[in-house]
Amino acid sequence: MPAMKSRRIYVPVLVLLFTTVLGAAQAGAEELVLYSGRSKSLVEPIVQQFTQETGIQVQVKYGKTAQLSVALLEEGDRSPADVFWSQDAGALGALVNAGMFAPVDEKTLELVPEVYRGADGEWVATSGRARVLAYSSARLSGDDLPASVFDLTDSKYHGKVGWAPANASFQSFVTAMRKTHGDDKTRAWLEAMIQNQAQVYPKNTAIIQGIAAGEIDLGLPNHYYLLRFKTADSAYPVEQTGFTSGDIGNLVNVAGAGVLKTSKHQDAAQAFVAYLLSPKAQQFFASDTFEYPVVADVIPSPKLQPLDQLREGAPQVDLDSLEDLQGTLDLLAEVGLR
Amino acid sequence: MAPALLCAAAVLLPLGYLVVRSFGADAGQVGRALFRRQSLTQLSNTLLLCVAVVGVTTLTALPVAWLTSRTDLPMRRLWALALVMPLAIPGYLMAYALLSLGGAYGTAFHLTGFSVPRLHGFAGSLIALSVYNFPYMLLNLRAGLASYDTSLEEVARALGHRPIKMFFTVVLPQLRPSILAGGLLVSLHVISDFGVVSLMRYETFSYALYQAYQGAHGTRGAAPIALLMIALAGIIIVAELMLLRRVVLTRAGAGQARVRRSLRLKVWKLPALLFVCGLLLIGLVLPVFTILYGAWGVPSGRQWRSVSTSVIDSLSVSAPAAVAATLLALPIAYMARRYPSRWSLTLERLGFLGYATPPLAFALGLLVVTLGLVPGLYQTMFVLIYAYSLHFLAEAVGPIRAGLFSANPRLEEASRALGMGPVRTFMRVTLPLIRPGMIVSLSLVFLSVMKELPLTMLLAPPGFETLSMNIWQYTEEAMYASAAPYALVVLGVSALFVGVLVFNERGAA
Repeated sequence: MPAMKSRRIYVPVLVLLFTTVLGAAQAGAEELVLYSGRSKSLVEPIVQQFTQETGIQVQVKYGKTAQLSVALLEEGDRSPADVFWSQDAGALGALVNAGMFAPVDEKTLELVPEVYRGADGEWVATSGRARVLAYSSARLSGDDLPASVFDLTDSKYHGKVGWAPANASFQSFVTAMRKTHGDDKTRAWLEAMIQNQAQVYPKNTAIIQGIAAGEIDLGLPNHYYLLRFKTADSAYPVEQTGFTSGDIGNLVNVAGAGVLKTSKHQDAAQAFVAYLLSPKAQQFFASDTFEYPVVADVIPSPKLQPLDQLREGAPQVDLDSLEDLQGTLDLLAEVGLR
Repeated sequence: MAPALLCAAAVLLPLGYLVVRSFGADAGQVGRALFRRQSLTQLSNTLLLCVAVVGVTTLTALPVAWLTSRTDLPMRRLWALALVMPLAIPGYLMAYALLSLGGAYGTAFHLTGFSVPRLHGFAGSLIALSVYNFPYMLLNLRAGLASYDTSLEEVARALGHRPIKMFFTVVLPQLRPSILAGGLLVSLHVISDFGVVSLMRYETFSYALYQAYQGAHGTRGAAPIALLMIALAGIIIVAELMLLRRVVLTRAGAGQARVRRSLRLKVWKLPALLFVCGLLLIGLVLPVFTILYGAWGVPSGRQWRSVSTSVIDSLSVSAPAAVAATLLALPIAYMARRYPSRWSLTLERLGFLGYATPPLAFALGLLVVTLGLVPGLYQTMFVLIYAYSLHFLAEAVGPIRAGLFSANPRLEEASRALGMGPVRTFMRVTLPLIRPGMIVSLSLVFLSVMKELPLTMLLAPPGFETLSMNIWQYTEEAMYASAAPYALVVLGVSALFVGVLVFNERGAA
């Protein structure tokens, strides 16, 4: 009996040793390490194409943008990462402040409008997304909708609006509101929303599901989630729209990438970031993930409004100013949302 | 003693990190993090939910454990097997299933044309967490019932006690270690749960912690909150120890428990069957159905193929972590039971502390320590497995401890008196007695690692993707159809282990 027991334990121990050796061997090979705050479905096809065309292998570490940036800050100059691809401009700002990025190649930067880069070229935007107003098509019609995000504090929306204060995109939107309208007006809006019983959801998808389920009638998510729900079920009873042109509620935010200063594969890392702005990659974002391309001459999905129309409706916000996430977090804490 | 000490040191490392991080923050930061206006609400919400979930799981698992191990309920082993199955379902999936059932556009509406109210808040969290935690309580209680001594019942019966009175005077006191062990696990789960409470929109402390780590300079503000959560867990851990201290349970007579007698249910058979059916419906049928139905869809062939590499990745950490945690738990539980001293008991409790440390804080602590001490091991499978086995050590200690409770130390003493050395005594006397407990430990840790997310995301080597990472990624992007095959595979693989668990109990009887 004891002999049998110990034999049975050998097998997993061997597996353990084997996998450890395997892991160590993998680490030795020349390849890029990408930290991706974007999900696999938005990243993997691009990575595969990049490897096919350049022969450069890419190992991806997926995670939440905020957690990966915390990990990168803790890792410091010992980070194994070559490239950080963030879902949000705010997180890139934190790494810029810590001085962790090498500048992106000039040629790559020139591909996107100036608003879509870091102030000193530390990162470059890869795709855009708009903040929208999602609403129940079953219970609301066009006339019932607010013209501005500030109108959501109206008593007729009491208890009917959903938001996600812990969500990074929402926090970027609040930062943009602070930079455009000032802290006082933003604080007043947040407090009025709380007063108006805005319902707290953990994330964008939950807001949309809450509208469909009838818990709320309106919500403030990113634009692409609903399109994915509609792809699976064209009768999904939620619609979305923008606010009046220039309203801060129409903020266009970006996902972006930067090369780590400590990367030992600078050329390959720069090539990868450049590839994210290639027509192929941009067309993938436009047609497959329902995001907005950031380079010219790429056709967005027919389900989206044209790019120039999007830019026209969007408020003028310096994306670099979204770095001030801490100020927003402090404000959210002050009004009791954190 | 040495392995136990090593283990304790390892558990304390991430804690040390949190303390250092807390001191790194200025007093104002710590103050702002702790004394927010929601802190008190979050504290009372956490405690309320904790008590309620432990209550509900105990009250439901106790009759089920009894019915499936001590009565003539038809197909009782099958019922037990099915009711332990929800162990395979990650908590957030359970919450998701419950959520998609109700509301104006819910599953119930699609099927029947009538909508049922959508769960949320306290009630929603209570139901989802109770269903999720039910198997942990059930397994502990069944283990307790399996190894307990029915001769005491016979004595009680001979003394003319009625069954109800007997239950309270004889059965329940004997089950106390099991209830306490189960309750401890359940309450630690509730404190650290984020997936369920966030989906159900109920604010507990873990919500505050999640928010704190969202910050650009999050690690500082977050550390005090994490320490507070650990302190809360610490109180529960110590409370369990105090309650357990008064329990002395070893068989007076032979080493083997008396063969038990099945109670005849008679007219109660039908209500009993309906009861277990109802639990099964909520805990297993509903979530599996939700995965297959509606937005998720039945996965295509192409989707299945991409699953296979994740299966290998998942198994290559789950299996070694289960073995490592069990091997670590063995000396700890043994020292604490056989040589109880302040030292050994503290060691045992430290194992629970690893479990109580919020996974994100635990992972960041390990990250810093690995980079500082052994950078060569950073982001290798070794560190990942190490992290799992320490974090889930508590799940491994419990069942082994329960086994040691009913293994009479006199047998070991006899063996020593007959000239066997301590090692041979352990191998030939103790080990066979606690083998069923060890198998439970192995399976529990294995299942937990299969479902684990935050540790995996931070510590996994690049390119390494477990099944649960994939489920999370796809559901996060609202691509439910792509998540479905991964969820089904987690269910399938875990089901195999649940099978091992339940059939292993035969050996314990």
